[in-house]
Amino acid sequence: MDGRSGKKLGLKERYSLMTRGLGWDTTYQPMDKVFPYDKFEGIKIHDWDKWEDPFRMTMDAYWKYQAEKERKLYAIVDAFAQNNGHLGVTDARYINTLKLFLTGISPLEYMAHRGFAHVGRQMRGVGPRVACLMQSLDEIRHSQTQIHSMSTYNKHYNGFHDFLHMIERVWYLSVPRSFFDDAYTSGPFEYMIAIGFSFEYVLTNLLFVPFISGAAYNGDMGAMTFGFSAQSDEARHMTLGLECIKFMLEQDPANLPIVQKWIDKWAWRGIRVLTLVGMMMDYMLPKRVMSWKEAWEIYFEQNGGALFNDLARYGIKAPKCIAQATIDKEHISHQAWATFYQYGAAADFHTWSPTPSELDWLSQKYPNTFDKYYRPRYEYWAEQHKQGKRFYNTTLPQLCQVCQIPMLFTEPTDPTKLCYRESDYKNNKYHMCSDGCKEIFDNEPEKYIQAWLPVHQIYQGNCFPEGTDPTKPGFEPLPAVLKYYHLENGRDNLDFEGSEDQKNFAAWRQLTTTNL
Amino acid sequence: MPVIAVKKYEFAPADSQDKFHGAQLLYIGWEDHLMFCAPFAFPFPPDMPFGALQQNVIPGAFGYHPDLAKIDWSTAQWFKSGKPFKPDPAKSLAENGLKHKDVIRFRTPGLTGIAGCCT
Repeated sequence: MDGRSGKKLGLKERYSLMTRGLGWDTTYQPMDKVFPYDKFEGIKIHDWDKWEDPFRMTMDAYWKYQAEKERKLYAIVDAFAQNNGHLGVTDARYINTLKLFLTGISPLEYMAHRGFAHVGRQMRGVGPRVACLMQSLDEIRHSQTQIHSMSTYNKHYNGFHDFLHMIERVWYLSVPRSFFDDAYTSGPFEYMIAIGFSFEYVLTNLLFVPFISGAAYNGDMGAMTFGFSAQSDEARHMTLGLECIKFMLEQDPANLPIVQKWIDKWAWRGIRVLTLVGMMMDYMLPKRVMSWKEAWEIYFEQNGGALFNDLARYGIKAPKCIAQATIDKEHISHQAWATFYQYGAAADFHTWSPTPSELDWLSQKYPNTFDKYYRPRYEYWAEQHKQGKRFYNTTLPQLCQVCQIPMLFTEPTDPTKLCYRESDYKNNKYHMCSDGCKEIFDNEPEKYIQAWLPVHQIYQGNCFPEGTDPTKPGFEPLPAVLKYYHLENGRDNLDFEGSEDQKNFAAWRQLTTTNL
Repeated sequence: MPVIAVKKYEFAPADSQDKFHGAQLLYIGWEDHLMFCAPFAFPFPPDMPFGALQQNVIPGAFGYHPDLAKIDWSTAQWFKSGKPFKPDPAKSLAENGLKHKDVIRFRTPGLTGIAGCCT
């Protein structure tokens, strides 16, 4: 074809030449050798050309759109930084949500980039390969834009200094990390269900809407802007996830039970990770967007319900775990914040007691549970703190073998009893926080027995700085573990009350409004 | 069920007892006291007497709770993996049948936490 004909291609023609037209079947090596991973999971694909790309985007158009978004984003990020925008947030407690985001979510964006690059390489159909390539680039862009947007906070506040080091070490960060490691080490189709469908389609609204609306509600233009800049990408990701699931189900009826099992697994894995988001919404945003329970009802029960109704024609059933999650929506945010509050000496952000008006807000939003089960706990702690006895739990908790969250969840039938589940495998005992996690373990025990559980790793002596001798008399493990985490004791951790962040924010804000 | 994988998929567990320098893990929870958000994990020598838990371990780990001082240990009930369990305090953990990564809980009748709400 003469590239200089001057004739503009139509959209359809252009799409076809720039995507499907770029693929070929190999001849001097068999296709199965070139694409060794797209059959072993048992998913049968008869015709890769049946893949429908709803966006019909080509790479050249992709670069153009993304470049435009980047220009807008960085103009705002610069303005926010130069104008000391950080002093305009509602209250310095808000900044702790950004620490949680930067340490817990941004590294996952990077892992999503790697995952989609890998999956794109492994699928022999050209349509999904191009879509995965774009998503892979989106994800690294999200990771970068988040790091850049939040870097202004690193100049002024503690806890932003070493997120890449922390994601591989810090106890609660093993929760999001293990989620992605689990997805990344599965086959390409399971990865597509795990990330493309369960996370991007079913759960992403529960992650992004609270964070980004939370940023907007709390005066953080920088974080709000990276959220908006990612939004159109997210729409594309959701469509890819949905297209992928429909494609698998339409290709062969034998794919249905495999896909269903993955949906069940990854819905529950995702829901457990979202516990952190629930806690952020109900406790960490000084100006709240809505309660976790309300977000769950709108974005999961209503939107997710409609989605599963739509998929019912393929034989897909809504994930089994919904019943438990529906009960949990009244509890998990309170249970999670209570956990971070007491283990606040080992966290990379500050924790605090809710103020009396915040307790009232919680009572109002959770009329069935808050006063009955949680308010007395928070009031007792606040009272003790006033008397100089702030609660710091220094004994390590038991963790769930699958989601790696401390075993803090209660029985679905009784919120006063912790939920204990266990399985025996090859003469060893394994403990899980719920029926959902137990089922995941029992389906693939060989995978989860390898889990890097932070508490066990500490007891094995693997979480101290090099040269530490834990057998020395008077050895204190906690300070050594914090050093290994690159967490500065007394500065990055502990209560917000009395923290350097609190003092600096107050002093700097005063400088902007007074002459003294 | 086996992991579906491209080749043989078999690994050593990350937390087998040999990795804990002679200790075995024991998890301990206190029923009706959710101020402690989760059961605790401890590494103990298997020959440690069970009674040392009550004397040396529980006061430190659960000491923040005002109910701790009110416990009447003669009425306390123990559970292992959720089933009633009658440990002999003079005997070691191993002699009481406790293995690596066992989970035990105790219930202290009459004590139900702050404001009786199991906190």
